[in-house]
Amino acid sequence: MTKTPVISARNLDKFYGEFHALKNLSIDVAEGERVVICGPSGSGKSTLIRCFNALEYHQSGQLIVDGIEVYEGSNEIIRLRQNVGMVFQQFNLFPHLTVLENLMIGPLKVRRVSKADAEATARRYLDRVHIPDQADKYPRQLSGGQQQRVAIARSLCMESKIILFDEPTSALDPEMINEVLDVMVELAEDGMTMVCVTHEMGFARKIADRMVFMDDGEIVEVADPETFFTAPRSERCRDFLEKVLHH
Amino acid sequence: MKILNRLHWVDWLILALITGFALYIWLQIAGTLNYKWRWHLIPNYIVGWHTKREEWFANVLLQGLMVTIRITLYASILALVLGIGLGLARTSRNMTVRLLARTYVEFLRNIPPLVVIFIFFFFLSVPMIDALGLERWARAIARSENNQIWIFFFGDMRLFPQLVAGTVVLALFESAFVGEIVRAGIQSVDKGQREAARSIGMTYMQEMRYVILPQAVKKVIPPLANQFITLIKDSSIVSLISVQELTFKTLELVASTRLIFEAWLVCAGFYFIICFGLSQLFARLEK
Repeated sequence: MTKTPVISARNLDKFYGEFHALKNLSIDVAEGERVVICGPSGSGKSTLIRCFNALEYHQSGQLIVDGIEVYEGSNEIIRLRQNVGMVFQQFNLFPHLTVLENLMIGPLKVRRVSKADAEATARRYLDRVHIPDQADKYPRQLSGGQQQRVAIARSLCMESKIILFDEPTSALDPEMINEVLDVMVELAEDGMTMVCVTHEMGFARKIADRMVFMDDGEIVEVADPETFFTAPRSERCRDFLEKVLHH
Repeated sequence: MKILNRLHWVDWLILALITGFALYIWLQIAGTLNYKWRWHLIPNYIVGWHTKREEWFANVLLQGLMVTIRITLYASILALVLGIGLGLARTSRNMTVRLLARTYVEFLRNIPPLVVIFIFFFFLSVPMIDALGLERWARAIARSENNQIWIFFFGDMRLFPQLVAGTVVLALFESAFVGEIVRAGIQSVDKGQREAARSIGMTYMQEMRYVILPQAVKKVIPPLANQFITLIKDSSIVSLISVQELTFKTLELVASTRLIFEAWLVCAGFYFIICFGLSQLFARLEK
């Protein structure tokens, strides 16, 4: 695959005080590619994808996402975020708005489309995440799995080119994980560019074009899923897979 | 009388002590001070009968009460506007803005209200009223004929400059506290909400307007209602800068009639009825 990268990170460094969260890290993501990032907690996975839509800023190195260079104080950040959706571990739906309003507020206020268009788009994506009948409920009336699917639909409504997933199933009860993963698999099959931080290895195996293993702020191993799961090269990666696959 | 059966002997003792103390005070007033109660004079100072024009009119105490209500209302509206600005400034991403707001709040919280009121009055209100020429402007309205609307909103227009001074001074003082309430409300909204708002490309203003403030408002209303009641009570301080509100009028009444105890008790009663009534009302509305 030699498409132009939509995310291009070169030698990123990030510190939280003394803590070195990202260490001289480089990665490219091509258009339409599905990258799954895994690794032990505290390894910098979330920090990395939060840098991709400027919720955090790296301190040195260069990061270009969707043709826009990311740095603190850039006035293109708003434009960048319109094209890069994010799904959070804790859903972060707006509790004072109904499901439909949650989906419409971005298109209405940020993209400034007409109300009718925004509603049509919202209903179309609610359909796509299989909860068309929950449009007028408030987030607290939905199950965790449903809330996370609404959150996915909310990013889709922005017609984002890239969607970042930050441990989207980690806060869910086990019986709800699959309904969310199913939606994500369908997205992947439609050719969406996705970067997922997740511990769901079955899902990763199914959709990933490339697996990335991170530990201690560094990318330790990058491989296609087949190689990654059957013949990981590094010791640390083998250890990690051992733990998550045989619990 | 079920309640009487539930009283323990300790309760009876406490009640007896309180009654005894009240009686002692009473005797002191009647005996040692040789005070003559003249309650019958009081109603006249609330609502008087104008013998020439043959109509009822609001006398000093009621006039004072009206002024108190007016300045409280106007000052709380102004304090709310200033306080929201201050609350936003306190949570701003810009450090200079945050620092300025913080300085303002800390000054007000660590200086006695009375001193703050005098400082605001002499440094801000007096020059402002002079600069705007409010004094002359208000007198002109007071003399004109079509001034009913002005009188309805602001009372006696000859006292308009004092009303403005009192309102501004009170509002500036209370804005610090309103600001802290607003800040707490904004900060109580989960951090994930901001991130979600940003991740769909909202600007700071949009994030505040559509996501943070609507959620903060619900949390902020009960403490704001409380602060409003506090403001009614604090309004008595502006009597010291010659705003003719309830406390000021009571002082005048006491000076001219020597109805010391009656007048102050009535004054206290007015404040109590308003504040207690409002707190009950707010408590009911919250449910």
